[in-house]
Amino acid sequence: MTIAILAVQGAFAEHGAMLDRLGAAHFEIRQAADLARPFDGLILPGGESTVMNKLLRELDLFSPLKEKIDGGLPVFGTCAGLILLADRVEGGERCFGGMDVTARRNAYGRQLGSFRTQEPFAGKSVPMVFIRAPYIAQAGPEVEILAETGGHIVAARQGNRLATAFHPELTEDTTIHAYFLKMAASSLPADETFPGQ
Amino acid sequence: MNERYELNKNLAQMLKGGVIMDVTTPEQAKIAEQAGACAVMALERIPADIRAAGGVSRMSDPKMIKGIQQAVSIPVMAKVRIGHIAEAQILQAIEIDYIDESEVLSPADDKYHIDKTQFDVPFVCGAKDLGEALRRIAEGASMIRTKGEPGTGDVVQAVRHMRMMNSEMRRLQSMREDELYQAAKELMVPYDLVRYVHENGRLPVVNFAAGGVATPADAALMMQLGAEGVFVGSGIFKSGNPAKRAAAIVKAVTNYNDPKLLAELSEDLGEAMVGINEQEIELLMAERGK
Repeated sequence: MTIAILAVQGAFAEHGAMLDRLGAAHFEIRQAADLARPFDGLILPGGESTVMNKLLRELDLFSPLKEKIDGGLPVFGTCAGLILLADRVEGGERCFGGMDVTARRNAYGRQLGSFRTQEPFAGKSVPMVFIRAPYIAQAGPEVEILAETGGHIVAARQGNRLATAFHPELTEDTTIHAYFLKMAASSLPADETFPGQ
Repeated sequence: MNERYELNKNLAQMLKGGVIMDVTTPEQAKIAEQAGACAVMALERIPADIRAAGGVSRMSDPKMIKGIQQAVSIPVMAKVRIGHIAEAQILQAIEIDYIDESEVLSPADDKYHIDKTQFDVPFVCGAKDLGEALRRIAEGASMIRTKGEPGTGDVVQAVRHMRMMNSEMRRLQSMREDELYQAAKELMVPYDLVRYVHENGRLPVVNFAAGGVATPADAALMMQLGAEGVFVGSGIFKSGNPAKRAAAIVKAVTNYNDPKLLAELSEDLGEAMVGINEQEIELLMAERGK
């Protein structure tokens, strides 16, 4: 199983390091030619969603990736990546969409509002780092809520789409990446086995 | 270190692979954001004009900075003079996302930098070698950039500073452990930072290129030399077609290893900033604050 990491801007290298720890193969997508390699899952990292949204379109990555995501490719977005997956974006433009949620950009204000906390994710307590983070202001009935903090939704899943407002890649805890790998593995054909954990 | 410092280092990680652009008005800030800037640096005059105007150069008017904060959704940075604690307190009070304690402005203190550990907002500082970089980190900087020579459009100094930092880091990496104590003494930096570089072969914070970057090729050069992102100051709004040049530099940073794409991006950008060679300038800003 191979995971592609969108690497047009942001903290993509940190996701690669997490996948290394879990023993999962991965490569970076910076331009359309990179899509020639087959992959079984996609990570949309943290960074600036405005920059990624623009570069996705200008580097001809938007349509082919949207097609794959709409077709059920397992995808995991963190922070800016959550915004790229939201059907509705407060204070920004919709990118791929696919999750029936409203993302509120810069929901905690400027850098002084950035924080770290510890909350349960799908039943297990994990560290959560929020950097100028969004949260999910509203979620539709198809959306499974996986984590909340301070009364706001900060992790959710809808089918093969997983999104967190925080950055698991900035911590030592591999829980959420392992969750995503399991999710991606379960949508593989039966003869391909899951290499991680 | 403490949690706030970690969060501040983390914000710099989110800026990686991006371009931070100098802007002087909300309109320019919007052009920069639309062109794909991952952050903007709000200042009253860009370095080329500071150089031309001469005189004392200070922190920008907070009202002007606030105008830019309202105009864009990306992080907004602003500069304070080296050692000017009160200017930094003022920028923290208006909730700036990053303070640049910058040699571009006239230094307020010719001996001491700001004790950045006393602040909640993050700081980026310039460095032209590893000693300067690690001293700034010891003082609490959560991001480093090369000094380069601001406002010149001449990339030679940014290249020199990046190569210097990298070669000094490789030297530390290759040392025996018992040699690190002497290295810390020679670099005039704390031992634990020397040890970090020895073990990891990199700074403990994100390192951008700055000073003299004027073209997509300049940006790609700095990325190939190991920069994790690029600051572009005068290079954009001193050029013939700022929006187009800004967008081209953003794409060049993402695909810095693709010469074919770089060739396309370099086409038809209009006039680059005129630039001055380092031999022609009287004031070397990089010599401020060591």
